[in-house]
Amino acid sequence: MDKLRHLYKIIIIGFLAGLINGLFGAGGGTLVVLYLTSFLKIDQHKAQATAICVILPLSLISSLMYYNNGFTSIDSAIRVAVGGIFGSYIGSSSLNKIPENYLRKFFGIFIIIAAIRMVLA
Amino acid sequence: MILFLLGLITGAIGGMGIGGGSVLIPSLVLFTKLNQQAIQGINLISFIPIAVVALIIHYKNKNLLFKIILPLILSGIIGAFIGSSLSLNISSELLRKLFGLFLLFMGFYELFYKNKKT
Repeated sequence: MDKLRHLYKIIIIGFLAGLINGLFGAGGGTLVVLYLTSFLKIDQHKAQATAICVILPLSLISSLMYYNNGFTSIDSAIRVAVGGIFGSYIGSSSLNKIPENYLRKFFGIFIIIAAIRMVLA
Repeated sequence: MILFLLGLITGAIGGMGIGGGSVLIPSLVLFTKLNQQAIQGINLISFIPIAVVALIIHYKNKNLLFKIILPLILSGIIGAFIGSSLSLNISSELLRKLFGLFLLFMGFYELFYKNKKT
């Protein structure tokens, strides 16, 4: 019963996550984590892990659609991916060393500046 | 190679829980001449191997909540199809501006994020 109450919200969140991820190529995971931690009170680590697991097939589908329409550069993606695998190892290892809130504020500012440039360009 | 470095930074940020794509995509806009859809495609594709590696570890640590994952994926697939179709059918310039607005939201979210445990 409790799960049914949540089910329709989960369906909406899943749909929105896929929509955002497909439309913008990013961001679906953030929505999922936000929902899982705020509404389902799931702890941060499990929420992030769950979000990655959800976004993976969605990104796969979107990637295929983008690729079929000629909108990608595979060798660029490979270079980024290789760097990313090393990076995620580094990132997960230093998870405890840098205070998260400080990091988010720092990147928040960077992202806002980038966003303004993109809109005004 | 700058792509490798950008990937490195993106992966590191993603590994810490912040969305890496929010940094990668604007960086690629800055450093390449690729259009918005191509850049987003790169983020989508490069995410896949990184996610697989992360998931292996998460699976071992029993961090995955499959009861929630399955319905999210099922409805997500429909959303992904619609979202991708949309982005592939609008101009790169329009998509870039829309992405910029979306990024603004993301930026403010990160800026005002408060981890209650800290």
